[in-house]
Amino acid sequence: MSRATSSLSRSIAAHAILILYTVIALFPVIVIIINSFKERRAIFRTPLALPDSETFSLIGYRTVLDQGNFLLYFQNSLIVTVVSLALVLIFGAMAAFALAEYRFRGNTLMGLYLALGIMIPIRLGTVAILELMVASGLVNTRTALILVYTAQGLPLAVFILAEFMRQVSDDLKNAGRMDGLSEYRIFFRLVLPLVRPAMATVAVFTMIPIWNDLWFPLILAPAEQTKTVTLGAQIFLGQFVTNWNAVLSALSLAIIPVLVLYLIFSRQLIRGITAGAVK
Amino acid sequence: MAASRKPIRWHIAVFLAPAVLVYTTVMILPLFGTLQLSLFRNTPDGQVFAGLENFRTLLGDPRWSANFWNALWNNTWFFIIHMLVQNPIGILLAALLSNPRLRLRGFYRTAIFVPTILSFVIVGFVWKLILSPLWGIAPDMLDLVGLKSLFEPWLGKEEYALTTLALISVWQFVGIPMMLIYAALLSIPDEIIEAAECDGVTGIAQFWKIKLPLILPSIGIISVLTFVGNFNAFDLIYSAQGAMAGPNFSTDILGTFLYRTFFGFQLQIGDPYMGSAIASMMFLIILAGVCLYLFGIQTRLRRYQF
Repeated sequence: MSRATSSLSRSIAAHAILILYTVIALFPVIVIIINSFKERRAIFRTPLALPDSETFSLIGYRTVLDQGNFLLYFQNSLIVTVVSLALVLIFGAMAAFALAEYRFRGNTLMGLYLALGIMIPIRLGTVAILELMVASGLVNTRTALILVYTAQGLPLAVFILAEFMRQVSDDLKNAGRMDGLSEYRIFFRLVLPLVRPAMATVAVFTMIPIWNDLWFPLILAPAEQTKTVTLGAQIFLGQFVTNWNAVLSALSLAIIPVLVLYLIFSRQLIRGITAGAVK
Repeated sequence: MAASRKPIRWHIAVFLAPAVLVYTTVMILPLFGTLQLSLFRNTPDGQVFAGLENFRTLLGDPRWSANFWNALWNNTWFFIIHMLVQNPIGILLAALLSNPRLRLRGFYRTAIFVPTILSFVIVGFVWKLILSPLWGIAPDMLDLVGLKSLFEPWLGKEEYALTTLALISVWQFVGIPMMLIYAALLSIPDEIIEAAECDGVTGIAQFWKIKLPLILPSIGIISVLTFVGNFNAFDLIYSAQGAMAGPNFSTDILGTFLYRTFFGFQLQIGDPYMGSAIASMMFLIILAGVCLYLFGIQTRLRRYQF
């Protein structure tokens, strides 16, 4: 009897803490989104109320679409993220396969060399990276960003994928070799499809920092033509700081795509983080 | 005996080449290039070797060293707040979520992780608006619980701004320790938990005596990740307070100091050599922290094989 009540009160306490923290986590995001649909006076008078027929207004969104080049920025972000992600996944998987599959002299050393980048942030090389990009004429191109993000994503990708590739059965690969498949075909046809879940995890982890990065777009590609959404939003917010409708709408426009993507992939992401842990 | 020698396995080189090539040219060489550049100085005759002169300026010249130590101390405080607030909250949330009988686990997990996926720019601005005395959301909220007198324009006051930003960063990243600890807690075998329950160790005592020792390695990894992330931080401060890290440099950390030095600000011209010196100092600090963890802490942690 007493045991049941104590477990009940414990479960209520657990829910109370989790609900409180969920509110803390979501409240700022929700406040921004609901106020972006209100007219200026209502934003200040009743910031916590939902927009109703009287206070509803899309003026902020109109300003953002008229003033900002957000469609272009969005396109830039998309190209940079997708191409870097593809390169990280394919180059990372190839290198991981070489490290996991073959025994050759320097294998361990190569593994350590590639893992170095997990601990040392690429940002510290910025001064020399900018010199390199100036020398090769890549400043203000999306290529510069793609190269940097590919290098940034590779160490973790190789590390995680190599772990997974060690688990792929040798019998399968040897059967492939018996059938006369080349090493390349074994990799692309047999191994790659088997590590697809791991690839998805790596993809999510690689994607978020690339999409959200402010440092490299600011330094390597600040031109109007190559601005990413993150940089574009930063500059727009700085210019329109007193136009609350525009600022709130720009923030909402920056939040919503990531939020939707996250909700689609959240299951995958969480499964990836807890991979191997779920029995 | 050429025939018995193994042929060169070209495919290994082909598999490794693209990754190694990109990684080396865009990451490793620039890293060493930056370290090297910090040993040079610009003079009217061009670039000359200056030895450790830049570091002597950085640590010895009062104009530079005051900024450097200020940034380093601020950065350390930033890290301390994360260790004291972010990681305990992360562990608490993970411990609550790992209870298999808890309902709505998936919902809580997804919701609490939302801030982590947002960009620093969004996070910085959202909080700037919410804490703004102009809009009045924060004072109104405090009014609801009768604490309105406690409200201050936190981001605008020298004594509170850095702590406020650190707490904002904690708000954003608490999802990461939560997820990693959650994964570690799930991997504890049921038999151990059942054995503990048979011995009457349940609830909070079970967490302290059984689960916490088992997840210590994960806590170690989280600490080192927090360390690397914090000493490399820049975006949040830049988007909330600008490159000047106001008010009066009270939120200046190594990342913003590096940015200002490298690119210049207001009347000061950018200086890539001093910028490289600061980047090299950051490199050494991060390296020292990681080595301390790898050789000092990780080797002493007991690992349990299940």
